[in-house]
Amino acid sequence: MSLFEKFHRIQKVRQDLLKTGVNPFHITVEKVLSPTEAIINGQRTILVGTNNYLGLTFHPDCIEAGQNAIAQEGTGTTGSRMANGSFLSHFELEQALADFYRLPHAIVFSTGYQANLGILSALAGPGDVILLDGDSHASIYDGCRLGGADVIRFKHNDVADLEKRLRRLGERSQKTLIVIEGIYSMLGDRAPLAKIVAVKKLFGATLVVDEAHSLGVLGQNSRGLVEEVGVEQEVDCIVGTFSKSLGSTGGFGVSHHPEFELIRYTSRPYIFTASSCPSVVASTKAAIQVIRTHPQLRKKLWDNAHQLYNGLRQAGYLLGAEVGPIIAAMIPTKEMALSMWQGLLEQGIYVNLMIPPATPNGECLLRCSVSAAHTPTQLETIIQGFSSLQSSLEDDSESLEPQTMQPLHRTC
Amino acid sequence: MTTNADILSQLMEILRPFTKEGHQLREDTKLVAELGLDSLQVMQMLLKIEDHFDISIPLNNLPTIQTVQELVHEIEALVKA
Repeated sequence: MSLFEKFHRIQKVRQDLLKTGVNPFHITVEKVLSPTEAIINGQRTILVGTNNYLGLTFHPDCIEAGQNAIAQEGTGTTGSRMANGSFLSHFELEQALADFYRLPHAIVFSTGYQANLGILSALAGPGDVILLDGDSHASIYDGCRLGGADVIRFKHNDVADLEKRLRRLGERSQKTLIVIEGIYSMLGDRAPLAKIVAVKKLFGATLVVDEAHSLGVLGQNSRGLVEEVGVEQEVDCIVGTFSKSLGSTGGFGVSHHPEFELIRYTSRPYIFTASSCPSVVASTKAAIQVIRTHPQLRKKLWDNAHQLYNGLRQAGYLLGAEVGPIIAAMIPTKEMALSMWQGLLEQGIYVNLMIPPATPNGECLLRCSVSAAHTPTQLETIIQGFSSLQSSLEDDSESLEPQTMQPLHRTC
Repeated sequence: MTTNADILSQLMEILRPFTKEGHQLREDTKLVAELGLDSLQVMQMLLKIEDHFDISIPLNNLPTIQTVQELVHEIEALVKA
């Protein structure tokens, strides 16, 4: 058996999918028109599955900053910061992040995935323990694995389970890193952060919060859940990404610990990766400034989130329990979800199709990510598109009852 | 002190509801391959074991545990730690 034979199973799944005429994992965006519209399959399509929460990908300040950076510094850095040196703009972006978070230390990574890989693997190594929420993103799981610590999962958002597992660790709890997310990407539910901070302090553990989906979304100054809950001094490190609210590519970590700066020297995903290109650095720095000076964007995002959530709920869809920019409709079966996803696309509406094993408890989801750039008319079109597909759900009368669900624990 | 034999005996009791009718559990029974558990059932089984013995089994140790006896060794090490 050759090494390539293991892919035959995947090939069969892919072929079965193609036979249905639906291929949700090979979408080509033929032309991007705006933060909320593109041409897909030759048709003008509303984008409501791109995590572009504040719609900054076309903000004039960000575009101008990126264009100027390309003209002045070139298209790429052609190497890692450790080997080739940092551009001044890398340090300026780190300072902008530190200022934004009002924390002394910030490190920029080339992607959000690498930020988790780099920070988690550097913080917890062999002999240490990581306690991670079961619904954590793959980058968190991979970062934990890279470091070589003992990795223990606690039930999603279950503080009692976290506390029980910390107690079981005895003295090792003081060498334990707890990893959670501000907003979870599948169902859009938030971490019970205040309670987790209390438990963390009780056992002397260290806490990292990934604000990938909450930066720009929560908090008086849009810094995320940590700001909203008021525990900025209690959380040891915040990780985030540039590829959602900030509209570019990259990731970062910020912390009040002086030793945090030394992660640069121990983190392989930082040392052995080409650094972010000048245009990305410049547009991200401009996006931070836009967030700081335009709080109305966050208000618009929440207005839009309420409109879409209420509309889908009134249309009879079973949704996640919390209103927010991530709105996931639960669909009874994979076949139904595929068909409905295709139905929406044919109506010019692009959402994310989420199926097991990427989802909690084997759920099938049609996930929307709302943007501040969506117009009320676009949101109404999306609601009407979902409503028109209700007949697909008629066989499952329970799902037609307007109701909410409690986020479920991830079990696979 | 919990002995290897005690752990095996208690573990067999926990595993019984996860075995198909007529299947005889042995020390060398392969947990996933022979019991035919899906990922959801594996997680439920692990939760029951963890709560019963008041331990947490690290995810990174799971690939090395294939048989009932290997699970007993893992539990024994964690109980003693």
